[in-house]
Amino acid sequence: MSRRPSAVTGVAPWLVLGFMATAVAASFWYLALDLSGILSREGLDQMVRFAGGFFPPELSPGFLRQVGWGTLETLAISAVGTLLAVLVGIALAVPGAGRVGRWARLPSRLVLNVLRSIPEVVWAALMVLAAGLGPFAGTLALASHTAGVLGRLFAEALENAPSEPTDALRHAGASPIVTFCYGSLPVVMPQLLSYTLYRWENNIRMATVLGVVGAGGLGQMLFVSLSLFKQDEAATVLIAMLLIVGVVDALSAVLRRVLSRSGT
Amino acid sequence: MSRPAERPALRDPALLPRLAITLFALVLLWPGLELAEFDVGALFDARGLETLGRFVASFLPPETSTEFLQLVAQATLQTLAMATAGVALAAVLAFPAALVASRALSISRIGPGRGRWLGEALRLPVRWLLIVLRSIPEIVWALLFVRAVGLGPAAGVLAIAINYSGMLGKVYFEIFESGDTRPARAILETGGGRLVAFGYGIFPVALPELVSYSVYRWECAVRASVVMGFVGAGGLGQQMDLSMKMLAGGEVATILIVFFLLVLLADTVSGILRRTVA
Repeated sequence: MSRRPSAVTGVAPWLVLGFMATAVAASFWYLALDLSGILSREGLDQMVRFAGGFFPPELSPGFLRQVGWGTLETLAISAVGTLLAVLVGIALAVPGAGRVGRWARLPSRLVLNVLRSIPEVVWAALMVLAAGLGPFAGTLALASHTAGVLGRLFAEALENAPSEPTDALRHAGASPIVTFCYGSLPVVMPQLLSYTLYRWENNIRMATVLGVVGAGGLGQMLFVSLSLFKQDEAATVLIAMLLIVGVVDALSAVLRRVLSRSGT
Repeated sequence: MSRPAERPALRDPALLPRLAITLFALVLLWPGLELAEFDVGALFDARGLETLGRFVASFLPPETSTEFLQLVAQATLQTLAMATAGVALAAVLAFPAALVASRALSISRIGPGRGRWLGEALRLPVRWLLIVLRSIPEIVWALLFVRAVGLGPAAGVLAIAINYSGMLGKVYFEIFESGDTRPARAILETGGGRLVAFGYGIFPVALPELVSYSVYRWECAVRASVVMGFVGAGGLGQQMDLSMKMLAGGEVATILIVFFLLVLLADTVSGILRRTVA
């Protein structure tokens, strides 16, 4: 990001600000939001009553155990989903990087783009139709989207990898599979690993919420609790979600610091 | 062709450790597979496969009746309006929070003044609040607000406003702190008030970055408002959820195409705006 000391100069920025102000005004007008209704005495009372239902959180041992299993399920969904995505991603990245031949490059890139541009929640809604309610649908949904993301990153890593090792192996008469496993894979492995870990981190966060559309894990527990008007249970699930996100953030920060120290 | 005898021994010295690591990972993974109810059989269940097959087959051709296109156009406008209104509200909420949370305007930090603890005691809770607001994802906020204010775009706007105020607030105060704080400090040291120091010392320099980041968040909000529709918060997502539940593949296909175009549009607009400002 360029950081120029000069402040706003010229006409263009003011035009932009004017455009943005118009857009905001038009949006509020179009939505005709009943903010006065929400912010009225009654609306606020209702909101406060709803929020008050969340306290105190349900802390009975039985429910806590359930939340514990939900947490494990969430972690399992993210781990298995990411792993599947790595396998599919590599399978698509190899042709996507032009390793199989020119003709295979564009179709695999296209598949990767489609996988990537459909958001996880939409995939989850689709997979719930295909595999039924539950964590398996969530796993497949995460795997589909992540395969697109990782596949593209892997393909780029493969394209940018130096070609000397593979060339040397090929000239020595090695088969294409051996060439790939011993010429390309070791070179790009650190990159693949760091991309995969990064996506896994994302997916843990995603897996906690995917359940909202019925794809298992903590999200589904939250949805069920809210549907049964058990706000106290929902509060416990929300706390568990916050804890997961917090722990993952802290762990990844520590890991990154350790890795960057040992890497340089 | 060389004869096999002339080729060097094809032995991988690292084979054993690699195999061991793979085996170890698989053993670790096994409970995960169980927990995720990993069951490839469920995918190939004849009945489910047939339903899904018919559904996916009905994606083509996309639904293009005038009536449905009008519906989609309305939902698209609603999505855009939700994102815009949500981010605007978020910015309004985030700005004062960032002013309080920023250390750039702290008078007590300049000298060995009193009230240093008081300042921190005020700043930390605001920072924690911002963390909580942004740690709960927008779709969960949307789910909560749908229960609190009913189905429709209002829940989506509130969800974006609350979630994004947490993100914008954090980035805003980081922008305030990361820029050149000497002008503001000079004003504070000569006895100027905090707001004066902010208005003349920090804000003019920070404005382009503030606008740029907010516009980027708007781009994310467009994508998120599509997703939030799935829990009933209006916009394209709600339409897609309905069409999916009715197994109307053609409609889903149309909405997906519109969604891609919308994301592309948001990308382009936000790129142009940010280039102009920065």
